[in-house]
Amino acid sequence: MKRMGQGAVLAAAWGASQSAFAEYAYNLQAPASPIAAQVFHLHNLIMLVCLGIFVVVFGAMFYSLIKHRKSVGHQAAHFHENTTIEVIWTVIPFVILMGMAYPAAKVVIAMKDTSNPDMTIKITGYQWKWGYDYLNEGVSFYSNLATPREQIQNAATKGEHYLLEVDEPMVVPVGKRVRLLITANDVLHAWWVPALGAKQDAIPGFIRDAWFEADRIGTYRGQCVELCGKDHGFMPIVVNVVSEADYAAWVEKKKGAAEVAAADDTKTFPLPDLVARGEKVYAASCAACHQANGMGLPGAFPAISGSKIATGPVGAHIDIVLHGKPGTAMAAFGTQLSDADIAAVVTYQRNAWDNKTGDAVQPAQIAAAHADGKGAAAAQ
Amino acid sequence: MSDVAHAHGHDDHGHHAHPTGFMRWLTTTNHKDIGSLYLIFALIMLFAAGAMALMIRAELFKPGLQLVHPDFFNQLTTMHGLIMIFGVIMPAFSGFANWQVPLMLGAPDMAFPRMNNWAFWILPVAGLLLMASFFLPGGAVAGGWTMYPPLFIQGGISYDLTILAVHIMGLSSIMGSINIITTILNMRAPGLTLMKMPLFVWTWLITAYLLIATMPVLAGAVTMLLTDRNFGTHFFNAAGGGDPVMFQHIFWFFAHPEVYILILPAFGIVSQIIPTFARKPLFGYASMVYATASIAILSFIVWAHHMFTVGMPVAAQLFFMFSTMLIAVPTGVKVFNWVATMWRGSMTFETPMLFAIAFVCLFTIGGFSGLVLAIAPVDIQLHDTYYVVAHFHYVLVSGALFSIFAGVYYWLPKWTGHMYSETLGKWHFWLSVIGMNIVFFPMHFLGLAGMPRRIPDYALQFTEFNQIATVGAFIFGFSQLLFLAIVLKTIKGGAKATSKVWEGAEGLEWTVPSPAPYHTFETAPVIK
Amino acid sequence: MSLAQTDKYYLPQPSIWPIVGSLALLLMAVGGTMMMREVPHGGWILLAGFGTLFYMMFGWFGEVVRDSEAGRFNKQVDASYRWSMSWFIFSEVMFFAAFFGALFYTRVLSVPWLAEGDTMQQLWPNFQAAWPTAGPGLSGPEAQFTPMHAWGIPAINTLLLLTSGVTVTWAHWGLKKGVRSQLVWGLAMTVALGLVFLSLQIYEYYHAYTALGLTLGAGVYGATFFMLTGFHGFHVLVGTTMLIVMLGRSMAGHFTADHHFAFEAVSWYWHFVDVVWVLLFLLVYWLI
Ligand code: HEA
Ligand code: HEA
Ligand code: HEC
Ligand code: CUA
Ligand SMILES: [Cu+2]
Repeated sequence: MKRMGQGAVLAAAWGASQSAFAEYAYNLQAPASPIAAQVFHLHNLIMLVCLGIFVVVFGAMFYSLIKHRKSVGHQAAHFHENTTIEVIWTVIPFVILMGMAYPAAKVVIAMKDTSNPDMTIKITGYQWKWGYDYLNEGVSFYSNLATPREQIQNAATKGEHYLLEVDEPMVVPVGKRVRLLITANDVLHAWWVPALGAKQDAIPGFIRDAWFEADRIGTYRGQCVELCGKDHGFMPIVVNVVSEADYAAWVEKKKGAAEVAAADDTKTFPLPDLVARGEKVYAASCAACHQANGMGLPGAFPAISGSKIATGPVGAHIDIVLHGKPGTAMAAFGTQLSDADIAAVVTYQRNAWDNKTGDAVQPAQIAAAHADGKGAAAAQ
Repeated sequence: MSDVAHAHGHDDHGHHAHPTGFMRWLTTTNHKDIGSLYLIFALIMLFAAGAMALMIRAELFKPGLQLVHPDFFNQLTTMHGLIMIFGVIMPAFSGFANWQVPLMLGAPDMAFPRMNNWAFWILPVAGLLLMASFFLPGGAVAGGWTMYPPLFIQGGISYDLTILAVHIMGLSSIMGSINIITTILNMRAPGLTLMKMPLFVWTWLITAYLLIATMPVLAGAVTMLLTDRNFGTHFFNAAGGGDPVMFQHIFWFFAHPEVYILILPAFGIVSQIIPTFARKPLFGYASMVYATASIAILSFIVWAHHMFTVGMPVAAQLFFMFSTMLIAVPTGVKVFNWVATMWRGSMTFETPMLFAIAFVCLFTIGGFSGLVLAIAPVDIQLHDTYYVVAHFHYVLVSGALFSIFAGVYYWLPKWTGHMYSETLGKWHFWLSVIGMNIVFFPMHFLGLAGMPRRIPDYALQFTEFNQIATVGAFIFGFSQLLFLAIVLKTIKGGAKATSKVWEGAEGLEWTVPSPAPYHTFETAPVIK
Repeated sequence: MSLAQTDKYYLPQPSIWPIVGSLALLLMAVGGTMMMREVPHGGWILLAGFGTLFYMMFGWFGEVVRDSEAGRFNKQVDASYRWSMSWFIFSEVMFFAAFFGALFYTRVLSVPWLAEGDTMQQLWPNFQAAWPTAGPGLSGPEAQFTPMHAWGIPAINTLLLLTSGVTVTWAHWGLKKGVRSQLVWGLAMTVALGLVFLSLQIYEYYHAYTALGLTLGAGVYGATFFMLTGFHGFHVLVGTTMLIVMLGRSMAGHFTADHHFAFEAVSWYWHFVDVVWVLLFLLVYWLI
């Protein structure tokens, strides 16, 4: 009898949650995937049950606070235990909890089932950007924050998608089961797009998977949600869900761009071109730590301007950029940037600010350093 | 409180005279002195860590970077969390234990007075190591109070100092706990059986057990961090066969019980106060004891609810979800018992009672949001968002901290011999309750809408709720200056307190004069 | 039942030692950090910290011993010491549990995860899970090591420690019977066994570093091996030191047949260290 009553309450709560979509400002974001929708309803259900209990328990307490006060002349009773009632209020919550556990378990199981994907994307977290590798299509790229520094420093008006915009969004077709293989390069990060209901920590050295299936075309935004250092708040995620045809077109375009970039690695550039290109790379990949003025942040990130490495022998400079410095925040950029980009950024660092070496480092030198520098990075 | 101290300066064994001045506090073996030291330390740290919170809130008042650099913001967050937990709540509860446990048990002092002194005096050392790191190159630790590697491996000198500070605070807690357990088990007045002990003593007994069981595990975890940082081990590095997530498992095996360490003594304090002002015995004493013990035992098997997003196998996910939900049952028993204690009592609403009532109500809100987080699929949406921040501030601020306020108002007359100002106390209460809800309630909505925690800057749609929270934080923060004023004023003077202080008070501590003499119960009272 | 002795509780006087101990910890933490971070003079500060700590221990324990010998510790105090020592050993158990937990986790969970599924295919191609391992990503000398063999020094050490558990019990019987020579000889043998154990372990470490290539950096095997055996070794060192103090006190005529908790505490500790070793022998050395 009691069980049935419970069931009815739960069912009513579930039903009520279906109509609660309206109040997004006070609830989870509007779901855009089946899992996100299930979580949305589950949350509403739990909230309503808690609210119910709250009203009953504190209704009783406030009634007592008003009626059983000394100032209205209430005399204290002397009872101080009652086994029956104590058993009842142990058992009822237990039953309510079982009523919550069942639907929750179903969602957990659906969420963890990553089998039979239509496509697989490997996502890598870096300090502080995301890397995407489309394993089926062979497309790879990095996704950086696109909000200009001036907006962050309050020197310009903030745009509509302030801090939630990137230079290269992730693009997926609508209605497809997308499996994500998530990992990290340096420290923990976490990939999360609320509307898609997918969140997974990115753990260096391990692949952990997650999945989503977007049921509406649109742009969905999220952020890194695991503290990953200074710019943790500045590594957003943008997913463009597009039609299948648009997706195919996007893949083609990406492949073309990759060929152009690969060709650069075999060219030779004059110094000004390298510096100009390097400045862009520096701004995107290095300035977060070493700062735009090359002065770093004392105690945490060394200055490049006037640095012994950036003004000394080229070999050591290339080496630290290619292989990083294990145990510090300085990552191995050899696996992230193209040879042409590394050549450019090294050249830039050797010629910007107080550094006036006049060196022009070419992509071929980087390729050569790749070839003989393998052991140095892997050791440790 | 110095007049308290000199009241009974006599010396039983007559080796040498008592040191005076500063040396008295450095060398004291008196549980009351040490209790006061703990409480003063906690109060200072509350203002230090609270000031950091206010800086955090000020930066978050509007989008864009205004006041602090992102890295300094992370330092503030980390240090705020570490100090509030290890430097405010835990020492404050130890202060209560030192003052009250011997008084409530009819014991003359703690079992090991010298070790008691040491357990306190290494805390300022740890505090110094933590705070000093703000002034070192690279600044203080910025990896979150949870200290997750690999981020925690990257940092500079302050990270090593923090690890050692954690070791020292752990040592302090272990020594303090061994002392408290031994006192409780071995120094009770004749006739005071375990099941007759005041509930506050029970909750501390169980808390001390949790501390002894988990603090060494934390020490192990941070030791591994230290060797990974400095001695080339690979516990948390996949290249060497380790796993960063392993740290999280070990850490939360400590830190989940830790959150109950931060709330069980609060339950104890509230369980003393409510019966006093309801003028009615505590309802369900035995089930309170069993519920406390169940919470403690369950707390060892729920830790991975902090890790639902690391990618655990589905069976583990389900196990930790179910076990976490179970904790609502014994906690519910406590809430119901408190309400039943008030039921048909004869209640008055002095400041301690007000804080206790607010505790019951607001802690439950925090408990419910905890339950929402315990539902794994929902947690996957809410993990590392402001919803979590809202949850734990409800249980920590309106839970742990409010119970401390309640306890201070309740026992301050016993400690100082003076009544605090009831008017000012009520002002403090109302400002705190209102302020507290303005800060932390909107954070639920921020979390639901998708605002991550530990970020110095945020997207535009989060602006309104952040502004409300910041305003609330300043109201709440500055009302604590009132608390400081009330406490100082009461120490200095005020209406004389009787030995019973409160009409409905029961227990041995109310049989000694107010202020409690320097030495009490040198011969044990007998309980029938 | 709590103790209803009519005699008073023992309450010590204010003491300078705890604050000296706090100073010692401050010096040690600052000095140690400076040393690790290669700031000059760190070593000296660390040394000063240790010096202060030893000064504190002599002073403090000396006071306790004098109080005890002066008969200030009644039954009530004795029971307190028993409780506290039991809880202290429990805390030590939990400390070791963290490291055994790490060993379990890596052996049973994380190393196999590294060698299967997408983690292996995408990140560590061809890595095979086998214990002992230096992990999938190390190269150079750290990756090449020979694991420690159970049936050499470790087996001898097991025998030594088990025997020492017997000798310390035999010494205890001597004390309870009032046969002082049995007490002294039993303790002396225990100390000797402890010292031989330590010497062998030092030799084992030397051998590991010089001949086996087994270092702290040798992946997670090296890390767990050295941290577990190292912390155990440290506990043997502490235990042996305490035994030496007990030996000295026994020779000086301290302890009576029914009042000797200091001795018992040390023997409890020694048995605890013994049990940890047996676990180590099984899980670290043997079952690999
Ligand atoms: C005092 C401290 C305290 C307390 C008491 C609690 C209590 C609880 N906590 Fe909380 N928690 C924290 C401090 C605390 N927590 C902190 C500090 C963090 C964040 C750490 C970090 O990441 O920095 C955290 C994070 C945290 C998480 C992880 C969130 C995340 O990071 O994703 C979870 C998930 O399960 C959780 C759950 C719970 C639950 C189920 C309880 C339960 O014990 C609550 C039980 C109480 C009730 C449920 C209310 C009363 C009961 C009734 C009236 C009975 C009837 C009720 C029902 C039948 C529903 N907590
Ligand atoms: C018991 C613990 C406790 C307490 C009491 C508090 C109290 C407060 N906390 Fe916090 N908090 C934590 C434990 C606690 N907190 C933890 C564990 C974290 C997680 C850390 C992490 O992520 O690693 C956290 C994180 C945290 C965040 C998230 C930060 C982030 O994710 O980036 C925020 C944001 O608003 C916040 C705010 C506050 C506020 C406004 C208060 C207020 O209650 C404070 C009230 C202020 C005062 C009491 C001080 C009054 C001071 C003055 C009036 C100035 C005068 C100054 C002097 C005289 C020196 N806390
Ligand atoms: C996540 C932060 C971070 C980023 C991004 C970063 N670095 Fe570094 N870099 C560091 C740190 C930390 C060091 C210091 C390492 C050490 O302790 O020696 C460093 C050191 C260096 C040095 C040596 C400086 C010296 O004098 O010691 C060079 C050169 C360098 N980085 C180049 C780059 C280039 C080029 C990029 C971008 C392609 C880059 N860094 C991006 C953190 C970073
Ligand atoms: Cu990446 Cu946070
Ligand atoms: Cu928890």
